[in-house]
Amino acid sequence: MAETTTTNSRSTVSRTTYLLTGVALLALLGLTVLAAEWKLGTWSVVIALAIAGTKALLILVFFMHLKVSDGLVRLAAATGFVWLAILIGLTLADYASRG
Amino acid sequence: MSVSASHSRADALDPAVRRRQAASLGMWLFLATEVLLFGGLFGTYAVYRHLFPEAFALASGHLDELLGGINTAVLLVSSYTMALGVAAAEEDRRSLSRWLMLATVLLGALFLGIKGYEYHHKAVEHLVPGPGFSFEPAGTEGVEMFFLLYFVMTGLHALHVIIGMSAVAVAAVRFRRRKCDALTVEITGLYWHLVDIVWVFLFPLLYLV
Repeated sequence: MAETTTTNSRSTVSRTTYLLTGVALLALLGLTVLAAEWKLGTWSVVIALAIAGTKALLILVFFMHLKVSDGLVRLAAATGFVWLAILIGLTLADYASRG
Repeated sequence: MSVSASHSRADALDPAVRRRQAASLGMWLFLATEVLLFGGLFGTYAVYRHLFPEAFALASGHLDELLGGINTAVLLVSSYTMALGVAAAEEDRRSLSRWLMLATVLLGALFLGIKGYEYHHKAVEHLVPGPGFSFEPAGTEGVEMFFLLYFVMTGLHALHVIIGMSAVAVAAVRFRRRKCDALTVEITGLYWHLVDIVWVFLFPLLYLV
């Protein structure tokens, strides 16, 4: 199978970007372990989820090429996370507002 | 939402571009269903952690933070090698791409090995939910539910790691033998990265309560 890699390949994420993404991911892993030691009560889970969300975003944008994907693919990528946010958001709103 | 400027009319009619778009779109839609599959479990976790905050903190203390952290690093590095494998595939460097994908598979195996060691320890400590479950102080409501969620969530994730390893290994061999093209490698990579993302959330929610 001979492909014309020039037209087929559209990925323009550089090796440097991949390296920086990888280093940032490991740094954020270190940060989340450190932050767990601070014992900030309710804020601990907020910080942990913010760090995890940042790591997920780095993977989605750079490793998974959303940075260079077109709008339709980005929209499809967002759907799962948007519905998940509604699912968990409304469920917790219910439990949090019970007497 | 504006249409990306890079898409000219000629691009839209190019079969290679259309094939690429169709493949990416299909995989991302599948990944959205995967997000919701795990999402149901994350939702269950959220409710029970809300109901039993102390029990969750207590139970989480019995997980090995160091092993969990090492496993997180292993998966993050495996995502990096996978990304490099895709980049090499797009430059048609087939041998290099194959080795990077095989490195990814090996890191996946290392992850499963560490996970298996942890499971073994939980079994020895009677922390597997069921008739043999015992936890001191006894009678703390919510503790057994934490361990049930721990095993179901990490178990479903481990199953995804096994499927991902198989898919990446097959892509590595087939790509090297010119049985598939770079697009297949990239689509396979998307699956591997999603499995990594799931673990990125599992680690703090289970190990660092």
